[in-house]
Amino acid sequence: MGIVSTAVQTQGSAPQEPVVRDRADVRRQVKLVVVMAITTLLLLYFALSIDDPTVQYVLGERVSREFPPKDLAAGPVVWISFAVAAVALVLAVLNKVPKGWLGVLVYLAAGLAFYAGFIVWAYADQGEGFQAAIANPLPGTIEIATPLILGALAGVMCERAGVINIAIEGQFLMGAFFAAVFASLAFSAYMGLLGAVLAGVGLAALLALFSLRYLVNQVVLGVVLIALASGLTAFLLSQIPSDPEIRQYLNEPPRLEELPIPVLSDLPVVGQALFNQTLLVYLMYLSVAVVTFVLFQTRWGLRVRSVGEHPKAADTVGIKVNRVRWQAVLFGGVFAGLGGAYYTVGSTGSFDRDLSSGNGFIALAALIMGRWHPVGATFAALFFGFMWNLQSQLAFVDKIPGQLLGATPYLATIIAVAGFVGRVRPPAADGEPYVKS
Amino acid sequence: MPEQTKPEGAGLPEDQPVRPEDKADVRSPASWLPTVKVTAAAFLLALVVGAFLIVFSDQQTIESLGYFFDYPWDFFRYAGEAIYQSYWALLTGAVGSGRAISQTLERAAPLICAGLGVSLAFRTGLFNIGAQGQLLIGTILAGYVGFTWSMPPGLHLLVALIAGVLGGAAWGAISGLLKAKTGAHEVITTIMLNYVATSLLLYLLTKNAFQRPGSDNPRSLPAEESALFPSIGTTHTGVILAVIAAVGVWWLLERSTIGFEMRAVGANADAAATAGMSVGRAYTLAMLIAGALAGLAATMQILGRNDSLTANVAGSIGFDAITVALLGRATPLGTVLAGLLFGALAAGGIQMQASEAATPVSLTLVLQALIVLFVAAPALVRGVMRMKDTGGGATVMAKGWGS
Repeated sequence: MGIVSTAVQTQGSAPQEPVVRDRADVRRQVKLVVVMAITTLLLLYFALSIDDPTVQYVLGERVSREFPPKDLAAGPVVWISFAVAAVALVLAVLNKVPKGWLGVLVYLAAGLAFYAGFIVWAYADQGEGFQAAIANPLPGTIEIATPLILGALAGVMCERAGVINIAIEGQFLMGAFFAAVFASLAFSAYMGLLGAVLAGVGLAALLALFSLRYLVNQVVLGVVLIALASGLTAFLLSQIPSDPEIRQYLNEPPRLEELPIPVLSDLPVVGQALFNQTLLVYLMYLSVAVVTFVLFQTRWGLRVRSVGEHPKAADTVGIKVNRVRWQAVLFGGVFAGLGGAYYTVGSTGSFDRDLSSGNGFIALAALIMGRWHPVGATFAALFFGFMWNLQSQLAFVDKIPGQLLGATPYLATIIAVAGFVGRVRPPAADGEPYVKS
Repeated sequence: MPEQTKPEGAGLPEDQPVRPEDKADVRSPASWLPTVKVTAAAFLLALVVGAFLIVFSDQQTIESLGYFFDYPWDFFRYAGEAIYQSYWALLTGAVGSGRAISQTLERAAPLICAGLGVSLAFRTGLFNIGAQGQLLIGTILAGYVGFTWSMPPGLHLLVALIAGVLGGAAWGAISGLLKAKTGAHEVITTIMLNYVATSLLLYLLTKNAFQRPGSDNPRSLPAEESALFPSIGTTHTGVILAVIAAVGVWWLLERSTIGFEMRAVGANADAAATAGMSVGRAYTLAMLIAGALAGLAATMQILGRNDSLTANVAGSIGFDAITVALLGRATPLGTVLAGLLFGALAAGGIQMQASEAATPVSLTLVLQALIVLFVAAPALVRGVMRMKDTGGGATVMAKGWGS
């Protein structure tokens, strides 16, 4: 919750007169006090309920001979977390939370404190026998967030240009399928990436054709394209014979290897997680930077945004509205296709029916939660990835039933959206076809 | 801004140039004729594309391509046979016998109910992706009442039915309330609530209260006899409820005050608020009713088909319902027709796979998508079929994201 909430809180806090405070400001403070109070109380509960305070942790992703688990004293960690949260609570009650980056630090500290306290509590008191160790959350977070970020970037490109893209899930499926086929045919995972990009762009072309040329309602179109992609990939998959002799050329792709970046991957804690990854993850980093730069620093990006906000004005100054929209949608297709590749060559290998299991919708949610901004969408996807990774790690500890735990990332997203993100404003002309009159 | 125009053409003025399609919406006695023509052409086009896929999937036909230049006739003969066998099986599987028709109806009923919910939300300017989650909660409650309580027949059915409907309504209302109170976007909250509902179902299926006695499988008992919809022939009477629900939604949207408010909010939320309507109330109510309709769909599975609660008790009904609603242009009658079509394709698809051509059932998914795509793109169909642009067939619905 930390990152998202802080970003919003600081944005909202315009300089106020010290005496007269408007209602929104008071409401903001009340909300903050309530959140901090709950945090502090929960941490107090955690601190009091721990019986056996020895917890083990590893800096890597999992316990191995290379990285044996180390001991951690849970008691002090929880109490320090409690103290940090209490200080934040007092600051909130007194309305003395500093503005600007200092304030961000306070929220970040409170968020981290809650995370530390919670995780230590969750791993304490495991009893005899197998002891699960706290693992580094970063690798899992990046892994889950990678396709989501790529998908959301595709959405950003389309919707900033005024074309609603619900079909991210469909692009994922096509990308995943053709990545598997291309990679199997060429015995190269990198050819798989090429196949994924082509498939993503292919579906994007359908999206552009039907929405821009034939003026199909774009919400309908997105849903239909998902159904089409799901049906088509399932159909094509059923055409691949199960005979291993033939199958290996069509649906047994090699997987992407991890490519450690020389110096950076040796950094403690973050090195292995961020810089010993597959090419796809590095492409994801690059894509966020590229989309942000292109949209906000280049002439073409300005045009994209202008046709998404006010196509008529853009047309008046001589911008070819539909041409720019075509370009933006196709450009977005590259990222969605890459995101799809994650599900085959990027992780498990073979394609299976409806492999991306609704993650395209999560990418869509990340796009909206990130307010149609590439960096915002990235943070939203990372937040989701972090929560998902947390629940999958905690599933090893029997403190909370696994099935209920599975709901936490989704619940957390709802709370984040309802509590901190609130009303969002899409690009003004999003979903409206432009017909020159 | 959500923009929405009623298909009848009585909607609020748009600031867009009037396209020929819009003009034709003015009701004249034969105004539906071009729409029917374009729709029929769209079907035909989808079937033609499907035929290519059938040819591609037929082993014999593919093999005959190997000696195409020696005996081209073989290829055409096998291809023709495969296409004929597949489509004939699809047709007979859907409407060829009493049993087939009953299958079609039973598959169509939940799609219609859930689709009506999506349609209603659409008309209010909300994109309800959450039919799946609302359905799941409905199945949990209807199922629980159905297999644990014992009550006299009739009453039991009524209580289980109400439980399912209320469950779906509550789940839908969450999204509506959140949208009304905090502005949280319904697309996000409904997607997330789908997953939460799935997790809840999976969790409950690990509990003894939901499992069969003496079994650890995540599978419940089916609902008791006393809670089931009575059958006429081989069809359960829950199907009739789907029709009643469609009439109810039509009345609500076209004849009631709250329905008018919903449509006004869907057409232009700001204008509706200026006119003194409560936008938040419309959102909440629309999602509540949409959820209730999805809950009704859930009872079709549990109390009609008498399915057990399992992880995939709802299949993909909730998502197909979106497609059904969109194909039906978010009108009650359209949704019913689209639901029947999808039910027929689902029922026929199974027979098609069993036929000699052994065309995979996933072809029906492609067919469904193609039909919706072509119906939604009348300009394309007219172009391909060289039909004159006589208007009709325009799809008008919530265009934007809402906010």
